[in-house]
Amino acid sequence: MKNMLILGAGTSGTMMANHLNNRLSHDEWNITLVDKEETHYYQPGFLFIPFDIYKPKQVKKSIDKFIPNNVSLIREKINKIDKDQNKVFLQNGLELNYDVLIIATGTDIAPDEIEGMLGDKWQKDIFDFYTYEGAKNLRNKLANWKGGKLVVHICEMPIKCPVAPLEFAFLADSFFINKKMRDQVEITFVTPMDGAFTKPKASKELGYLLEDKNIKLVPNFNIERVDTENKTIIDYGGQEVEYDLLVTVPTNKGDEMVARSGFGDDLNFVPTNKGTLQTTVKDNIFAIGDATNIPASKAGSVAHFEAEILTENIMRYIKGETLNETFDGHANCFIETGHGKALLIDFNYTQEPVTGVFPLPNVGPLSLLKESHMNHMGKLAFKWIYWNMLIKGRHIPFVSSHMSKSGKDIEVKNEPELIK
Amino acid sequence: MIEKTYAGTAVACTDEGYLQELAQWNKSIGTEIAKEESIDMTPKHWEVISYLQDQNKKGTALTIRSIGKSGVVSIKEFYELFPEGPLKKASRIAGIPKPVSCI
Ligand SMILES: Cc1cc2nc3c(=O)[nH]c(=O)nc-3n(C[C@H](O)[C@H](O)[C@H](O)COP(=O)(O)OP(=O)(O)OC[C@H]3O[C@@H](n4cnc5c(N)ncnc54)[C@H](O)[C@@H]3O)c2cc1C
Repeated sequence: MKNMLILGAGTSGTMMANHLNNRLSHDEWNITLVDKEETHYYQPGFLFIPFDIYKPKQVKKSIDKFIPNNVSLIREKINKIDKDQNKVFLQNGLELNYDVLIIATGTDIAPDEIEGMLGDKWQKDIFDFYTYEGAKNLRNKLANWKGGKLVVHICEMPIKCPVAPLEFAFLADSFFINKKMRDQVEITFVTPMDGAFTKPKASKELGYLLEDKNIKLVPNFNIERVDTENKTIIDYGGQEVEYDLLVTVPTNKGDEMVARSGFGDDLNFVPTNKGTLQTTVKDNIFAIGDATNIPASKAGSVAHFEAEILTENIMRYIKGETLNETFDGHANCFIETGHGKALLIDFNYTQEPVTGVFPLPNVGPLSLLKESHMNHMGKLAFKWIYWNMLIKGRHIPFVSSHMSKSGKDIEVKNEPELIK
Repeated sequence: MIEKTYAGTAVACTDEGYLQELAQWNKSIGTEIAKEESIDMTPKHWEVISYLQDQNKKGTALTIRSIGKSGVVSIKEFYELFPEGPLKKASRIAGIPKPVSCI
């Protein structure tokens, strides 16, 4: 028997287990998944917990619930990969041999990367909403907060779901309006990028949002340290921003297991071919989702598109065929804008977010790059799609892993090659 | 795409003023772009610029963090050399594409 070993049973690992379970011969292949957690979290739901839109229990389910019977799940921490011996070492001493390895260990926050962040004010005045605990603690804080300066902040790029911090700021505006205390809260959005939206098309269509919601923007802010005494964040250029409540997205890093294995970049992301999803570490090691260093957005929807392509490529690899370089960086995400509305954006490596409708050309019902209530319903429906279709590896009707051009207003002049 | 003339040479630029092709770049062009960014180039500035160009040729995506670890400059010094958006300014002067971010 041969061994297909998948590291991480989050969004990507679970999807790959389901896809490969349908494709590989059970007489020839064992499929094994390893994860340290007992719970599968629906991370997009973390955004809604601080505002009490979702209850914590709505975003978690037992991790084995989505794993097919033929696939074995080992609940243990991964210590490291020995690529030369084709072996993975677990913390409990167990060694696993593999023929093909898939790294799907995702990314996590690293607040210790910024001086002063992880001190005694962490989870008191300084919160994250990228973890289950962080989102829950922030909900408790917001429930009794008397107002003041709310700073929503990104430490450095890349982060998973790059629009989530902006959505947080929009939802905060709605939340305080509903609590009839918006006039007691000053909301500032602080980003290392040169704007809230950095691609020309998106900033043209969406630039009005911050102004309309009276959210102050501080761009080009690369944080050096947090001064918790004076409640100030300070950047390398000497700019300072004061806060009463700091909601930050700390540096996102790949798992330390990657560093211990002797590869990964300075943020522990795995060097991966952006078209094939094979790592440059070794031919029989593939990577998917947030764990890779490819220049696509780190999002569940992206991982979903990647999974379809990676499954094909693993089947080709096993048969000794050349791999398809077909992943185009397709991303498709909803952006909550508050007050029951949302935006939907669709883009890839080379194509900027476009206007038009999705997923059916000229029909929609979702409109791209425009606020609508229907898009908000789409965002909420994503939770159902996630639990019931996405992680089970089912194809989502009408949504292709490649970005489709029909029904979208695509400027022909800078037509990228990759879009089919 | 727009065409701009620096140091007597016509070069193709993006709408945001980044050179389309590093091959069209030379030091005099870099110096003139630097003037537009109100930067007077010193040997230390050029050292950073050639590091960025080398990384670009290798296909490595640049981040403030990776530059801080490069051994060429610390992040603090990088900000002193190219105030405000250092990576954006330095990339423009170096003739390499605008650093990638998200939407
Ligand atoms: C607040 C927030 C909002 C988001 N909103 C959206 C959205 O609206 N739309 C969207 O598409 N995406 C969204 N995302 C992003 C999405 O959740 C992720 O991109 C997706 O979960 C990535 O899947 P993954 O499998 O690569 O990583 P994960 O799902 O994070 O899985 C990684 C798994 O690896 C395990 N692991 C890691 N290291 C080890 C180790 N050493 N030993 C054992 N196990 C290990 C972890 O326990 C985890 O289960 C959001 C994320 C956040 C945080």
